[in-house]
Amino acid sequence: MTSAHAPVLRLASITKRFGPLTANDSISFDLAAGEVIALLGENGAGKTTLMNILFGHYVADEGTVEVFGTALPPGDPRAALDAGVGMVHQHFTLADNMTVLENIALGTESPWRLSFDRRRATARIRALATDFGLEVDPAATIAALTVGERQRVEILKALYRDARILILDEPTAVLTPIETEALFATLRKLVAKGLSIIFISHKLNEVLAISDRVLVLRSGKLSGERRTAGATRQELAALMVGQEVNPPAVPEVARGPVLLKLYGVSTGRNGTRQRLDDVSLKLIGGEITGLAGVSGNGQAALADLIAGLEKPVAGTVEIADQTVDDWSPRTALSAGIARIPEDRHAVGTIGDMSVAENVVIEQYRSPSFSKRGFLDWKAARSFAEELIRDYDVKCPSPEARIRLLSGGNMQKLILGRALDPDPSVILANQPTRGLDVGAISYVHGRLLAARQRGAAILLISEDLEEIMALSDRIIVMSKGRLSVPSARGERSVRDIAELMAGHG
Amino acid sequence: MRLEPRPAPGLPILLALPVGAILVTVVIASLLVLAAGASPLAVFGLVLKGAAGTQFALLETLTRATPLIFTGLAVAVAFRAKLWNIGAEAQLYAGAVATVVLGTGALPFPAPVLIPLLIIAAVMAGALLLLGPAILKTRFGVDEVVTTLLLNFIMLLFVSMLLEGVLKDPMGLGWPQSQKLIAEARLPRIITGKRLHYGFVLAIVSAVVVWIIMKKTALGYEMRAVGHNPTAARFAGIPVNLVLLKTAILSGGLAALAGFSEVAGLKGNLTLDLSPGFGYSGIVVAMLAMLNPLGVVAAAIFVAGIFVGADAMSRTAGVPSYIANVMVATALLTMVTAIMLTRFKVRWR
Repeated sequence: MTSAHAPVLRLASITKRFGPLTANDSISFDLAAGEVIALLGENGAGKTTLMNILFGHYVADEGTVEVFGTALPPGDPRAALDAGVGMVHQHFTLADNMTVLENIALGTESPWRLSFDRRRATARIRALATDFGLEVDPAATIAALTVGERQRVEILKALYRDARILILDEPTAVLTPIETEALFATLRKLVAKGLSIIFISHKLNEVLAISDRVLVLRSGKLSGERRTAGATRQELAALMVGQEVNPPAVPEVARGPVLLKLYGVSTGRNGTRQRLDDVSLKLIGGEITGLAGVSGNGQAALADLIAGLEKPVAGTVEIADQTVDDWSPRTALSAGIARIPEDRHAVGTIGDMSVAENVVIEQYRSPSFSKRGFLDWKAARSFAEELIRDYDVKCPSPEARIRLLSGGNMQKLILGRALDPDPSVILANQPTRGLDVGAISYVHGRLLAARQRGAAILLISEDLEEIMALSDRIIVMSKGRLSVPSARGERSVRDIAELMAGHG
Repeated sequence: MRLEPRPAPGLPILLALPVGAILVTVVIASLLVLAAGASPLAVFGLVLKGAAGTQFALLETLTRATPLIFTGLAVAVAFRAKLWNIGAEAQLYAGAVATVVLGTGALPFPAPVLIPLLIIAAVMAGALLLLGPAILKTRFGVDEVVTTLLLNFIMLLFVSMLLEGVLKDPMGLGWPQSQKLIAEARLPRIITGKRLHYGFVLAIVSAVVVWIIMKKTALGYEMRAVGHNPTAARFAGIPVNLVLLKTAILSGGLAALAGFSEVAGLKGNLTLDLSPGFGYSGIVVAMLAMLNPLGVVAAAIFVAGIFVGADAMSRTAGVPSYIANVMVATALLTMVTAIMLTRFKVRWR
């Protein structure tokens, strides 16, 4: 038993270096029983590294981790688990083709046992689920669950192993607002039972809503610590980025011509994905068109269409009044369409190739990078150096493999690669998802600058606040169809939410 | 046991890998030699002497390495783009058939014209043979491991049919073998009276050319991009399917050069035992070289040395030359393990 005052977890001057980069610089803190600590910081601030050390995935260069007064052996996740530390990763670690029960019991049973008591395990899961508001059917297959339900399974998995300390890495990044509320209710119940929680996030309002104490990390250092009661958004944001942040100012810009026009476009079936159904859309120079909608309503198909990955089965695509016939990523690029893909890791970059190789991938055939089939690597390197400088990318060298970069830095490179040829149309699909405050305002600034220059921008986002703040016109997508556009301020949030739900 | 990714290893570790794999291989093979009742030191001494101890041995090793360089390059190129070409054996025979069909008198040209023509014909035959599986893969998603592997057996039976039929040498006393190439179609020997022929030079030149393609050209860049992440490559505008087809042409063509060089440089005619599995050994060679085209040359000479050395050793020491197969197989397994260990850390719970 621990008293309420002795810390359940103590990190003492943890330092971790990756080559020349110090990811964690002498970080110390205590976690008390029944306490929720929020670990706030930009991408690349060292949050995930710190938690990986705590959980035994990495070995710290200096410092110790103590759980309930005993030091954990470094680099041993099993010891962390046994000591009662549970972690819910940002990217779930569930086997899709197995049931909830199997996923939860996986690893708790000896592999040499031929059978295990399903009834008892099911009963235990059900009991935990009702106690903490984590309703999910133990017999359901993971593949059939929603993202919110999968996260509940992850939490149940930790509780099933008697976790007393729960680490949640960006748990709300994938949740809808309602699911987030439910998660917070669960967390409060857990805390009431004496569990301690470390909540990793870069969303200020969530941090303020759920935590008792906030620790702010900036470039690997603990830049501040505040009791949540009494802390303000501005104060925390300033600690996080080292400066005050302001909402983007959207200046007036003269409207240009229609640069991209979809007329009656439908796309074909693609698995279970929502297809486009008779979509007409105009993108106008000097305008940001915001596309709001609940995810899975055809945004992916529209983005793929404009990116050149998908061909329309009906309707026409016109770029600068020219009908396009042969439609491919390459024609989209040469027509001056810049694309910022939704998934930086799987689509936007090639993780095992270098920064230089990644930034020239859309332009390597141009005369500035290749002659008669031979690539000019010197030019590619200096282009990469230019982007690293101009877009303020933290990166050891153009030769570094891009997978080593943080999400924000990766996104800045993708942005630089896309915006460098001065595109006339920009497709920005979830451009700020998973980014921190500093990187978000950076991305917004670049998009607004392109708008100023006369580019037509399609901003697809699940973040309604972002859409409302940036867009000159807002269109709502529902079941593969588009709503009538509305000018800035014409529709209220409530009206847009109604359209998103498919009414009106 | 669990695997955790590691950061990219440095050059010294990369160079140490094959060396380590070979050392482990020698240790494991020693146990077998002991089991066969001989002294490992003596046996490996004999293998080394048989592979490189004399001028004759060294030339023999290089002769044996020649087809392995071609098939190793074929595999390295394909695997780089994640086109799993297991069919270098069949492509080798395709090259050999083309060489024999056109080189036994059908084209009455002088050597400087005929030999380049034969090279082009062989390359086209091998490229065509791999294009089939590549098109099936890109159009219909058919697994190329299955198609290329099975084509090996189909090709061998096809060659057998040819050698019993249209290509059978009427003067061959009934043996299933083709006619001899005409003199103008033969590759000259590098040293008169020795078996090493200009196919070896062609192999080295090919390795350098492939290295330049992979390192310096847009095509090599596209192949690597497609191999690492086809989704991102497609998004960026790289025509993924076209790149895979070009890879197939390059890979199949290189494997076919092994068949051309064995027929035109060494054997002079086509028989069913032209290749004792050079196509499969090419996979070992490419893996030992970690898919590096220049590394392929070194790896091919190493593998060839083991085979040639083991043959010589078994004549004197009485240990079966099968030990060479065991060593090559073990080298492949240890190398694959070593590559995995540089990419991942193993953690025992």
